Amino acid sequence: MQAISESPPRVGGDAGDIVVRLTEISKFFPGVVANDRVNLDLRRGEIHALLGENGAGKTTVMNVLYGLYGPDGGVIEVEGHSVRIKSPNAALALGIGMVHQHFMLIPRFTIVENVVLGHEPRTRFGALDLFEARRKLVELSERFGLAVDPDRRVEDASVGMQQRAEILKALYLGAKVLILDEPTAALAPQEVDDLFATIRSLTDGGLSIFFITHKLEEVIEISDRVSVIRAGRVVETFDTARTTKEELAHRMVGREVVLRVEKTAHTVGEPVLEVENLSATDHRGLTAIDGISFTVGAGEIVGIAGVDGNGQRELEEVIFGLQKHTGGRILLLGEDVSRLDVRKRIDRGIGLIPQDRQRRGLVLDFDLVENVLLGNQWRALYSRPLGIDYSYLREQAGEAVEEFDIKTPSVEVDASTLSGGNQQKLILAREIRRGPKLLLAAQPTRGLDVGAIEFVHRQLLELREHGVAILLISYELEEVLSLADRILVLYEGAIALEVSGDDAVREEIGLAMTGGSRRNG
Amino acid sequence: MDLGHVFQVVLDILRDPSTYQAMLRISTPLALAAIGGAFCERTGVVNIALEGIMLVGAFSGALFSYYALNSWGLSESVAPWIGVLGAVTMGMLFSALHGVGSVHLRADQVVVGAALNIFALGATGFLTQALFGVAGATPRVASFDPIPIPLLSKIPFLGPVLFDHTPIVYMAIVIAIGGQYVLFRTPIGLRMRAVGEHPKAADTVGVSVYRIRYLGVLISGALGGLAGANLSLESVSQFSENMTRGRGFIALAANIFGKWTPLGSWLSSLLFGFAESLKLRTQVIDLPPEFILMLPYVLTIVVLAGAMGRAVPPNAIGKPYSKQ
Ligand SMILES: Nc1ncnc2c1ncn2[C@@H]1O[C@H](COP(=O)(O)OP(=O)(O)OP(=O)(O)O)[C@@H](O)[C@H]1O
Ligand SMILES: [Mg+2]
Repeated sequence: MQAISESPPRVGGDAGDIVVRLTEISKFFPGVVANDRVNLDLRRGEIHALLGENGAGKTTVMNVLYGLYGPDGGVIEVEGHSVRIKSPNAALALGIGMVHQHFMLIPRFTIVENVVLGHEPRTRFGALDLFEARRKLVELSERFGLAVDPDRRVEDASVGMQQRAEILKALYLGAKVLILDEPTAALAPQEVDDLFATIRSLTDGGLSIFFITHKLEEVIEISDRVSVIRAGRVVETFDTARTTKEELAHRMVGREVVLRVEKTAHTVGEPVLEVENLSATDHRGLTAIDGISFTVGAGEIVGIAGVDGNGQRELEEVIFGLQKHTGGRILLLGEDVSRLDVRKRIDRGIGLIPQDRQRRGLVLDFDLVENVLLGNQWRALYSRPLGIDYSYLREQAGEAVEEFDIKTPSVEVDASTLSGGNQQKLILAREIRRGPKLLLAAQPTRGLDVGAIEFVHRQLLELREHGVAILLISYELEEVLSLADRILVLYEGAIALEVSGDDAVREEIGLAMTGGSRRNG
Repeated sequence: MDLGHVFQVVLDILRDPSTYQAMLRISTPLALAAIGGAFCERTGVVNIALEGIMLVGAFSGALFSYYALNSWGLSESVAPWIGVLGAVTMGMLFSALHGVGSVHLRADQVVVGAALNIFALGATGFLTQALFGVAGATPRVASFDPIPIPLLSKIPFLGPVLFDHTPIVYMAIVIAIGGQYVLFRTPIGLRMRAVGEHPKAADTVGVSVYRIRYLGVLISGALGGLAGANLSLESVSQFSENMTRGRGFIALAANIFGKWTPLGSWLSSLLFGFAESLKLRTQVIDLPPEFILMLPYVLTIVVLAGAMGRAVPPNAIGKPYSKQ
């Protein structure tokens, strides 16, 4: 970290020194023009932000640069030479590294194995030299302040550590040009600060970075220039210094965006969810939730704030029934549901927007229609004698796409072809349209653009108006502050602080999130 | 029937080194095919074609050994080695078909495997008749004799069990240990496992998913072919129609019980070989034959259910990979 404070003021790249230039890049998918003659350039030492709505084509154009997709037109130049990048290997050879929006890590491998995969150090006898690999990783990790445990399996690592491992992987491969696709979507604020410090030290060392994010304050804070992509086209590129969040939002969406929705005061009804002395363990058998109690009333939004890895995932899964609890009770409208299976809990009115959309929320190889069916398959509405009422289902899927503005050429494409944000919208649409009495919303706006966030926040507030109880689990303190009627801070599986949404003090919450309390703080 | 007598006989069998020698012998074709299966499935390609590959190996082994001796004028001791080479090569060529179908054309891997099994059965049967003019089996061919290892084979008990075998039995042991090393201690092994777990992640760091999957499929071809050669050049000295009799499927199970590892595959094959060997020897006891025939399977299930936890298959197994 200290390297940053001593470094000279940022120069932000030299306009004459172009490392990468994309000219008229086009990319088509069946029924979709993902990139329409995109022009972009990257200066040496620059951080170039890409901003655009969900499905605008940001990931696609970067995948083209990384050699994952062959372009359907256009030219790529690296260091002034026109190149054809046919595979990630070719990109790596040109010094282009990428950190993907959806992590490309192998869950059952350790972090060090993931980092060296494809470019493994060898012993004299040709065996895998994990000792040397670990040494190199630790060195990189120390040099850039990205703390990871090399021997931890990815599936046991927190999302933040996985993110750092992804970045280290790109650095290990010797990237000179780094593509970061929404690297902060899953990081806690403190981790974002650390990452930004790292990024600055990288550009000071001569790296050039494409940085994709939906968070406008990050664009302002970190980038030198920003390009706005709309419907597959770069509509403009300009210096970040001369802009504001509001202006960015406007340029991106093409209309005024309300960055913070207002909620109206109203009274809370009967308790819908009552959690009594609930305990649970994580998948290693260690205590993850430690005897917590709280209630969520009808028409109330209770926000769970906290740093990732303090029991949020287990809380979500235990209440929904995906994981067994080890003690205590869960009451839904007075009925003990803690021994019921997931199907019964859904029948009783629990909806879930899971934290991990690709593992829990969607079947990526199913089309949108089938994904809309998930969790509804037992309901009379969707069934016919001896089967599923597909025409009704298709109609429902169509309405979901319409209402939630999901960008897709049709409802019959696989969910895997949707952009990250649109996958999230699909889950939201399914869960909200089912009409739950209790909605568990974990990171409901992860990866959404500002316009979509506004939309989802309005949806949640509308549910609240209609008496739905909402448990909002979020690592975005801003989100919790703007939506929640009551805020619980989760720290090491226990409730460290409970405050009403109206008189919540940001500092106090921030302190509780990291284990400090009012008494000793 | 006198229980005390039965007990005594069983005890004698358990104390007799030849029980264990037979165990090693019987387990060899299973182990080789199972290890091949482990390599293939670790890269994400389901291989139910092991049965067919073994059959092709057994046939080619006999065929090449026969021609080496009778047409190419090679000696009795060299001919079976030519048979082994032929078996391995043909096994690889045959399994390359699996690669084309399931890796390149992205067909359903189980369907491709099933089709190859049927094809192998028909083709080897037909060629036996066409080339040798007799249905059902080839003539006798030059085969391997046991090669006792000097000194070591004289060790009491262990000597006959471990050091008095035909060449492919020794090879199986080396391949089990070497295979384990390759899969878990070398870069290529890491890549193979990566491709079977998360091909897209491997692709994004420049590991060619197709190439690695072909490699896995070809290794299973080579080892399956070798397993077949063990049947036609060591167990007996000829090829007969459908001589594998389901061993490929048992090997597949051994690979799964062995948690998709070479060493595990070998150990579960040994267990199966042990049960088979008991079956052969306990036939002297006056028990219902159905009971004795059941023995290997029951023993396998009991030991495996008790001794091993749940096996977790490679994550991307059976899923064809396409780039976009
Ligand atoms: N592999 C694919 N097959 C078919 N269509 C695809 C594929 N990848 C992307 N698309 C489509 O291309 C368009 C652009 O997607 P892309 O992932 O580039 O968006 P994005 O700007 O990264 O959005 P987000 O912010 O939500 O991540 C979308 O309409 C998407 O549905
Ligand atoms: Mg994207």
